[in-house]
Amino acid sequence: MAESQTARQNGFWMSPDSSPKPASWPAILFNWIIAFLFLTLICTFAFAQLRYNWNWGVLVKYQNFFWRGWFKTLEISSISLVLSTMIGFLAAVAGRSSLLFLRALTRIYIELIRGIPLLVQVSFAFYVIADAIHFGSRLAVGIFTLSLFSGAFISEIIRGGIESVGATQLESARAVGFTKWQTYQYVILPQAVRVILPGLAGMFVSLIKDSSLLSIISIEDFTWNAQQVASLTYSNFECYVPLAFGYLVLTLPITIWIKWLEGRLHFET
Amino acid sequence: MKLRVESFTKSFGAQRVLQDVKLEFDDVHSLVLIGPSGGGKSTLLRIIAGLERPDSGNLFLNDKKVIYQERELLFHRRSVGTVFQAYNLFPHLSALQNISLPLEKVHGHSRVEAKRTAKEILDRFQLLEHAGKSPAQLSGGQRQRVAIARAISIRPKLLLFDEPTSALDPEMTAEVLDVIAELRQEGRDFVLVTHQMGFARSVADQVALLSGGRIVECGQPQQILENPNSAVTKQFLSRILKY
Repeated sequence: MAESQTARQNGFWMSPDSSPKPASWPAILFNWIIAFLFLTLICTFAFAQLRYNWNWGVLVKYQNFFWRGWFKTLEISSISLVLSTMIGFLAAVAGRSSLLFLRALTRIYIELIRGIPLLVQVSFAFYVIADAIHFGSRLAVGIFTLSLFSGAFISEIIRGGIESVGATQLESARAVGFTKWQTYQYVILPQAVRVILPGLAGMFVSLIKDSSLLSIISIEDFTWNAQQVASLTYSNFECYVPLAFGYLVLTLPITIWIKWLEGRLHFET
Repeated sequence: MKLRVESFTKSFGAQRVLQDVKLEFDDVHSLVLIGPSGGGKSTLLRIIAGLERPDSGNLFLNDKKVIYQERELLFHRRSVGTVFQAYNLFPHLSALQNISLPLEKVHGHSRVEAKRTAKEILDRFQLLEHAGKSPAQLSGGQRQRVAIARAISIRPKLLLFDEPTSALDPEMTAEVLDVIAELRQEGRDFVLVTHQMGFARSVADQVALLSGGRIVECGQPQQILENPNSAVTKQFLSRILKY
């Protein structure tokens, strides 16, 4: 009995009332290396089983495709990151508006966008809507659709953050005499950001990867270029390896940056 | 201050919280509102603070009518200082910033000026050494004192205290009540909602007892607390003074 209890305390599952114990940094480093090697081993084993004639030469030969595509994806992602955050914030605020129409509009926007596959949205936006208004820029349509898509999710994340700020805080803000916008700026957002950031990190990472879907309207992004090389040279696997690393190079810094921000914005309640 | 409340009525949904509340004082420095919970005293205070609108009725402060429209109320709230039970302070700001930010953003002081004013006031309340601390690092009593300092910093025409000590232990309560008593000495005008009868007696010019959304009795503290006329007041006092 006593034994099983200790096992439960120190074991695999963490009890809800305890947080992980702080560890010394050599122990942390050691465990990271072990975990990394463990996963490497599995991958190595899997690839070793594969009977495939690797032809890495194509990567060097067609490296310009990859570079061009990677920079295009960087461009699309950066613009969409900013745009989707703005859309998300506006939608979150509009969703709390006192105008019923605005609230209904935001709700419809969020539920439609979240429920329909991005693939469908991108094709629809380009082949139907953009075509109808004779708007020919694939890139602009792609970026805008992607931002609208991510913005819907981001607005829900931001809404959660805004709602996490207690009613007493809003009351204090009112008592002090802040206007509605000052209350957002000085009271709500600085407190909501803590709640928003972890979700936002995940969303940003998804957005970068989702940008690969824009290749279906022939936006020449990273994925599109890799697919071109793959079909030119019949070397699917070789082309997907740089694709994997290329996206990681974009997503990891975002995750690390937001973790860092979280630490900086930490305050006790 | 000259304070006139003309038959305030207020309901939340089906529940009537204030019913035909009338008060009139030609010259009162400190008005203390007492009464059982749910009797309407906090609601009355919040309407005076401009945080809540009455369904009907008027408020005159120093002969000036308070207009219950959002735009006018914003200016009204900026001219009074309100202190709540707890969680007054913004947790992401330091004690100093809690005072200086409203001065800067709401009252148009320059950043340097706002900081200086905030420091002076913290110094006055022996809180200067805590200026850089966040609310979480302060004791409950210190937090309420910072909240009072913030309320005073804007030079309000009226201070409003909504049970400022009910979330505090006795020692911290004393620390906060000392500050309020000091403000009373300075002759500042305030309205206070409290359950501390002893304190009500020592600082009040006038005491009003609210129960069931009505003013049951209003007058000098000695009279109300020692020789109440109304049965409701007697019952309330006997219950609250029992232990």
